[in-house]
Amino acid sequence: MTEKTLRKGNEALAEGAIRAGARFFAGYPITPQNEVPEYMAAYMADAGGAFVQAESEVAAINMVYGAAATGTRSMTSSSSPGISLKQEGITYLASADLPCLIVNVMRGGPGLGSIGGAQGDYFQATRGGGNGDYHVIVLAPNSVEELGNFPKLGFDLAEKYRMPCMILADGILGQMMESMAFNFDPIDPNKLGKFDWAVDINKNGRAKNNVFSYKGDNLIADVVERAKRYGLIEKTEARYEERNAEDCDVLLVAYGLSSRACLEAVNRAKEEGLKVGLFRPITLWPFPSKRLAELAKNVKAILTVEQSLGQLVQDVKLAVGDKTPIYLQAYPAGGQPDGAAILTGVRSCLNGGKEGLFDLQEHAKGFTYECKRDLSLGVQGDRKGETK
Amino acid sequence: MYQGIRIAGFGGQGVVSAGILLAQAGVEDKKNASWLPSYGPEMRGGTANCSVVVTDGEVYTPIVSAPETVIVMNEPSLPKFEPLLKKGGLLILNSSLINSRPTRTDIRTVCVPCNEIAQKVGMDRIANLVALGAFVKLTEAVSLGSVADAMKKVYKRAKPEMLELNKKALQAGFDAV
Repeated sequence: MTEKTLRKGNEALAEGAIRAGARFFAGYPITPQNEVPEYMAAYMADAGGAFVQAESEVAAINMVYGAAATGTRSMTSSSSPGISLKQEGITYLASADLPCLIVNVMRGGPGLGSIGGAQGDYFQATRGGGNGDYHVIVLAPNSVEELGNFPKLGFDLAEKYRMPCMILADGILGQMMESMAFNFDPIDPNKLGKFDWAVDINKNGRAKNNVFSYKGDNLIADVVERAKRYGLIEKTEARYEERNAEDCDVLLVAYGLSSRACLEAVNRAKEEGLKVGLFRPITLWPFPSKRLAELAKNVKAILTVEQSLGQLVQDVKLAVGDKTPIYLQAYPAGGQPDGAAILTGVRSCLNGGKEGLFDLQEHAKGFTYECKRDLSLGVQGDRKGETK
Repeated sequence: MYQGIRIAGFGGQGVVSAGILLAQAGVEDKKNASWLPSYGPEMRGGTANCSVVVTDGEVYTPIVSAPETVIVMNEPSLPKFEPLLKKGGLLILNSSLINSRPTRTDIRTVCVPCNEIAQKVGMDRIANLVALGAFVKLTEAVSLGSVADAMKKVYKRAKPEMLELNKKALQAGFDAV
């Protein structure tokens, strides 16, 4: 559609969001996503929207809560520790059935962690992250081009199902530059049409709209009713990409940046006469379980490659079951996946070796741990105290 | 053609900017390209480096852990990046500032006195473009004209006379090898 240009990941994402009709952005600075608010600060006003640098991450997500209630395409962006802070707002948005876009450019964790790219927030993103029974749709781009094009997809899905959508990227995708093209023309949000639920200027005398997190009458019925949408999404919206996946001995499963390192492994494997394929989930929730289970029937082993310590592999196991051996290569806390190391892992999968594979029990073998305090005394003492 | 490149030197030598220029030149040539800085808490006067991929096909990962080509602009970068090179890879060494020589024998080394050439052209600061000119000649990963075109897009605020000087440095590096 457009000529390919060289763009930084974070800037492609910000430009893509404005093109997709985002007209409200609130955020708080954190590396490695700072180019997103920087870009919004420069260009959002020109597009007729509002950029707010909030006083905190919590304030920013709650501003998005308010803006989303008006039906405006609204978003925030942060990185791992900042996204943790936003979880309260995200669960409120989910409970109020409001569409919005949340961007997490992941960095090393836990806690303050590091500013290196990482994928340690997989569980947080796919399992909710805040309290209660809810989901957010999670999109995982693996290129600058997808970073630029996913905001439109994210807003479209969020509005279709009235729920938050998260783009789960990482520091390296955010910081890298790459040739990319947008696959859609800029959208005029005024032409998108109004929602019948939105809280906006009520000129035509329609009944008053209210947006509540807690509707007050029957929470059980609300949650169960909302779950029907989740079921529909699981059935219809799972997205994935396959490379060589139908004709391979070892199937790699990876998303985001890890999947790029896997591409190198897939191609180098050909030179060595190894048959290696790649299955890349593009939606992490809904996870493309059905297709992965089909592919798993025809491979000798599955190797999950992730920049975390065994999170994605849990969904792979849930999808595939125990009929196919599933292995893990893990790069936690800012580690960088490497094509050559992935090939080492592939060979281990085929010859029963251990090199390049991570197994928690193997890792902890022979490890003992001693707590220096005599906890048994403390417990007894407390109990005596209670009986006085 | 798949070229994974690491460019390394002192902060201020223009290694990061040379990398962007190279990636943009790849795009001008209708190739696929990526660029990744070594971002993080960096120190003034410390080492800086970036990864660039230029390819006719698909860019795999932007992290270039086993480069086809390494350009080292200062002494501390040589021991750091020489071991990463692929067997048979190309090492472009700025002999103006590096007295050591590589220990590996399975790589091709080309010494270019980048700073001296840049000074002759008229400005010491553009030694990075001399190195880039040498890279273009040795690898043919991108064309010289594309790098010149890329300059207009990457150095948007540069004065025309500065762009001319940059082009001269590029040509001088190209001619030096």
